[in-house]
Amino acid sequence: MKYYDKLIFELSKPGRTGYSLPAPESSSVSSIDANLLRASAPQLPEVSEIDVVRHYTNLSQMNFGVDTGFYPLGSCTMKYNPKINEEIASLPSFLGLHPLQPDDTVSGAKAVYEGLDSALAAITGMRHFTFLPCAGAHGELTGLMIIRSYHMSRGDTRRTKIIVPDSAHGTNPASAAVCGLEIVEVKSNADGLVDVNDLKPLLDDTIAGIMMTNPNTLGLFERDIKEIARLVHEAGGLLYYDGANMNPLVGTVRPGDMGFDVMHLNLHKTFSTPHGGGGPGSGPVGVCEKLVPFLGVRVSGFHGNFSVILRAYTYILMLGRQNVKMVGPLATLNANYIKESLKDKYKLPIPSVCKHEFVYDGLIDDGAREGVPGATTLDVAKRLLDFGFHAPTIYFPLLFHQALMIEPTETESKETIDEFIEVMRRIADEAAENPDILHQAPHNAPITRPDETTAARNPILRYQA
Amino acid sequence: MNGFSYFPHTEADIQQMLERIGVKSVGELYDDVPADYLYKKEYDLPDAMSEQEVRDFFYGLSSRNSRLTCFVGAGAYDHYTPSVIPYITSRSEFITAYTPYQCEISQGTLRYIFEYQTMICDLTGLDVSNASMYDGPTAAAEAMRMMVASVRKSTTVLVSSTLLPNVIEVIRTYAKFYGTTIEMIDEADGRTSLQSLTSILSSVKTGVAGAIIPSINRHGIIEDLTGFADSLHAQKALLTVYCDPSALAVLKTPAEWGADIAVGDAQPLGIPLSYGGAYVGFMACRKEHLRKLPGRIVGQTKDGQGRRAFVLTLQAREQHIRREKATSNICSNESLMALWVTVYLSLMGPEGMKRLNQLCYENAHYLHDELIKTGKFEEVFQAPFLKEFVLRPLVDVRTLQRKLSENGFFAALETSEGYVSFCATEKRTKQEIDSLINIINKEVEA
Repeated sequence: MKYYDKLIFELSKPGRTGYSLPAPESSSVSSIDANLLRASAPQLPEVSEIDVVRHYTNLSQMNFGVDTGFYPLGSCTMKYNPKINEEIASLPSFLGLHPLQPDDTVSGAKAVYEGLDSALAAITGMRHFTFLPCAGAHGELTGLMIIRSYHMSRGDTRRTKIIVPDSAHGTNPASAAVCGLEIVEVKSNADGLVDVNDLKPLLDDTIAGIMMTNPNTLGLFERDIKEIARLVHEAGGLLYYDGANMNPLVGTVRPGDMGFDVMHLNLHKTFSTPHGGGGPGSGPVGVCEKLVPFLGVRVSGFHGNFSVILRAYTYILMLGRQNVKMVGPLATLNANYIKESLKDKYKLPIPSVCKHEFVYDGLIDDGAREGVPGATTLDVAKRLLDFGFHAPTIYFPLLFHQALMIEPTETESKETIDEFIEVMRRIADEAAENPDILHQAPHNAPITRPDETTAARNPILRYQA
Repeated sequence: MNGFSYFPHTEADIQQMLERIGVKSVGELYDDVPADYLYKKEYDLPDAMSEQEVRDFFYGLSSRNSRLTCFVGAGAYDHYTPSVIPYITSRSEFITAYTPYQCEISQGTLRYIFEYQTMICDLTGLDVSNASMYDGPTAAAEAMRMMVASVRKSTTVLVSSTLLPNVIEVIRTYAKFYGTTIEMIDEADGRTSLQSLTSILSSVKTGVAGAIIPSINRHGIIEDLTGFADSLHAQKALLTVYCDPSALAVLKTPAEWGADIAVGDAQPLGIPLSYGGAYVGFMACRKEHLRKLPGRIVGQTKDGQGRRAFVLTLQAREQHIRREKATSNICSNESLMALWVTVYLSLMGPEGMKRLNQLCYENAHYLHDELIKTGKFEEVFQAPFLKEFVLRPLVDVRTLQRKLSENGFFAALETSEGYVSFCATEKRTKQEIDSLINIINKEVEA
């Protein structure tokens, strides 16, 4: 990767064109009343086609994707994105459909929704899904709306609180707040699991439900889930399953069987659709039988992100009933293998068997000595970039100060993982000997560490010539 | 274990890995799961297919869709997609990357988002843009929340009846659960009524946070928003304008109308219809509202060597820091679709966008006039339009739609008043329009 400094605006030259359109017969738009027209034309770049192609190709070369290398970003499930998905999503007879076309002219698209609905139902044990949510957080919000609608339909209007574990993804409390719910936090116990004794006194007739991530953000299976489900249901609440960590349960455990009433999936995590540099994703929400009447909540404009939905369905048909069983187990195998291989160099606060991901709490020997600060988790992350690996998720979950959250996914080979382990060991050794190597990292990336404080204090958010 | 192309593990790999972990089988890694939760049955899924079988399956499915020539808009517009866009956006460095958390190896994503933000500011005339949202309707719902959060002691948002129905529905959904009261502004002669707005403003005692009003409305009419911002600002309320960013290349900008926030769907900027998604919402505002703007924002700074660099910035607004106190629960944006838009606008430039709007105007007006000439439609509103309009049908709408569909056209979408809506972008040719008219003349009884 090499540094490339241009912005498209800096390539602009008046009179250059990158478009190809027929000539209009007249400049008839000017017959619109001048009061309705803008005063001056927008200052978009004027560039030729090759300028555009070179510019964006150069930009792409400053980016790291799953196709570039290993991407062990915890809770993000950066698995391989199969290429047949892309081919299917670009078929003209799907791409050209208007969302309001009559049903009898889109029966192929309808069949995609029906097929994926029943496949996801089979994998999760839920009854039906809505595909309108465009992302995981959007799915959370939708799921919580369904929970509130259910209680309201029963005249149970006092249930305005939702229980969220302290280890939850930040989107959980944020989604609950947007949904008008008050957040009640339940603590984790020393094993990193929801503390059932802390939960019990929270349960009363103002509780709408609980949001659980299982396995949780420490990669641990919430083994008391049966007791938790019983207690919450007895108190009249519903159980929400945050599907961000569904990958280890694909082919092994179904959230519906554990007593969850509502859940979302991230098709862009668990079902192999590409993340696109931060979207588009898709966050379908599944519900149990009694909540099916509440699935119709209108949370986006049309039918959700159809192009993402198509990719996920393609992936599931490739997997089929045979291979689906190995998704979770291989992801879990890879995670435990890394966890065991580095625990002599990195602090492992929770030593028990993990699922698809786990958390280290920084280096055992960070190299700190008189006058030299030790290497932090941020330093380790930045140093990894020098060796051609993406960094893990860092400083999350908040339970540990130096958290490094590692999720390898099932699509990585033993060789790739062994290389990663070797590099992580080398970085730990560097830290112990000379932490400055880490403080200064990355050394080989297109840029060195940027000044984020100035970026926030003095925001420059658009190009100005 | 049979080989499967997405799983690289050999039997020997698995054995060696299990040994290091210190367990005998992969199943043992699930010993912490209560036994009755382990799914032992066969999954009710089809048998695994080869890639060729999967391809054939989807070719079969897609051939069951009718590819119709599109004369409908209503929030999704059939504009031309230059071939450069899918070529660039399918580069794996863009499409297989995550949100740019590690900025040192994400400068590609960060730079195009910065360019995207600049272009959205340019089109809307406003100061700052976020990195994109899910779609237009959700962006409108986020604007509703943003206005409520910005204006003290307000719980009411006014929504124009001339917004597209799906935009109103999504706003209502968010409002219901967020606890916001929605008051509808009436329409008069197909346009948002300023009189209705001012009368609501003087009657709502709890305080109005703001209003959401379209620039081009559900009838296709270009609204004259003179006086709206002044009326709202006099009551310390904000104005959000919902707009088609493609049309903003020629129409008065939200900033020129005095708006505080602009939202809409950027699908018309080169994104295929794709049965409604993935699209991309946009959101821009005046700089005094920056701290309440939801979503990701990219900012410019310098790296350790003084070189220009880009980062996700102002993250103190966001859910992963602020949790329940965040401005929004939004985590991702629609980054790749923002790249579609950025590449599109780069290719089109100011001249291309102007020409595009001229072509839309010409096609839509030609279609409009030809439809009137058939004698099977009547004018409803005397009002300026760009690419979309409604007419009153003098024929049976079901028959009309069926005849058009049978002949390969999607047109004459029925509105809640029983009007029919038509749209013609630059993509529609004179031949296509003439052939549509021909079918109406020949096959639809007056």
